[in-house]
Amino acid sequence: MAKFIRKKGQGAQKINTSSLPDIIFMLLFFFMVSTTMRETEVQVQITPTEVSEVKKLEQKSLVSYIYIGRPAKHLQGLYGSEPMIQMNDKLVNEEGIPTESVQDFVLSEREKLPENEKNKMVMSLRIDQDIPMGKVDDVKQALRRAKALIINYSARKDYEEQGRGSF
Amino acid sequence: MAKRELQEINAGSMADIAFLLLIFFLVATTMDVDTGLTRLLPPIPEEEEKQEVKVKERNVLVVLINRNDQLMVDGEFGTRLDQLKDITMEFFTNPADDQNLPEMEPKEVEFPRGSSPLLPPDGVWRGDVSKGVISLQNDRSTTYQKYLLVQNELVAAVNQLRQNFCKLYFDKDYDDLNMNNPRDKEIAEAIRDVYKMNISEATPKNIKGLN
Repeated sequence: MAKFIRKKGQGAQKINTSSLPDIIFMLLFFFMVSTTMRETEVQVQITPTEVSEVKKLEQKSLVSYIYIGRPAKHLQGLYGSEPMIQMNDKLVNEEGIPTESVQDFVLSEREKLPENEKNKMVMSLRIDQDIPMGKVDDVKQALRRAKALIINYSARKDYEEQGRGSF
Repeated sequence: MAKRELQEINAGSMADIAFLLLIFFLVATTMDVDTGLTRLLPPIPEEEEKQEVKVKERNVLVVLINRNDQLMVDGEFGTRLDQLKDITMEFFTNPADDQNLPEMEPKEVEFPRGSSPLLPPDGVWRGDVSKGVISLQNDRSTTYQKYLLVQNELVAAVNQLRQNFCKLYFDKDYDDLNMNNPRDKEIAEAIRDVYKMNISEATPKNIKGLN
């Protein structure tokens, strides 16, 4: 039974790591394919609503985002805790209908699109679930004035049909 | 020259490089998928003159959400959210030909030829479509969540009707129609013509005018 006798002084056995790069590359490619670049830092707190009839937005290049929510914790000293609208990196809080800032935003976003797709622009509204509709109505009104008529109420897919019958 | 032995490249740092890239992508990207309810806002009329579109009372289903997130559907207070889908479906189909539910008008919708054995050979569907419009109105203090849940029920009702139609004629799920396939796309568009998503998002200004 000589083959079971350990050689002395060999120390810990080395693990073969030659396939490690391959594994890491595989992970890397997975993440490269399945994710998208972060474009703006969201400065407001948003808890998305969960609904059952959501559809995927197909062409991401056509989508621009408007966020509405209360400022993030670390920004509340600066902005207070009233709901604010975030477009690009700017937080705005106007009384009444924010026509001008929305118009500026829509124009700058429309500029980025090629000529033949300018009228297909989608405005994705990412809104916290506790925001009163008054704020949202103002933004919708401003979007109508800016002629950005395709909107998308951003929501998560609700798999369990919760929230029903909670009235 | 003597044949030199092929030198092996030290690949030990390959893993480190890959890790570095991996961590960069983990930090700089997001994984969230964009999902949501896509709606169309009504354009603002060019002229300031009010062009009141006359719609008969029986053709409008008024869905109100008050400041306490309570529902009022067609004048009845306290409708529950889970009843709304059925109410909407009944509203759009008017199965019993009720005088208080919307009028139906005959319409011809063209489907691709030979797409369904239940359609005549020319592929034209002849039937009644509803003239109904849903008017969704909310208070300024309604929470966004309730508003979206109500919207969702209304959309669900129309989707269900389309689904039923698709199942009946094409023995297929409406969601399974492939939009990249021209024939399927034509079918989907025709079905959308049969059951229109007539949901008007009234602006706060004309809430009073509608009642």
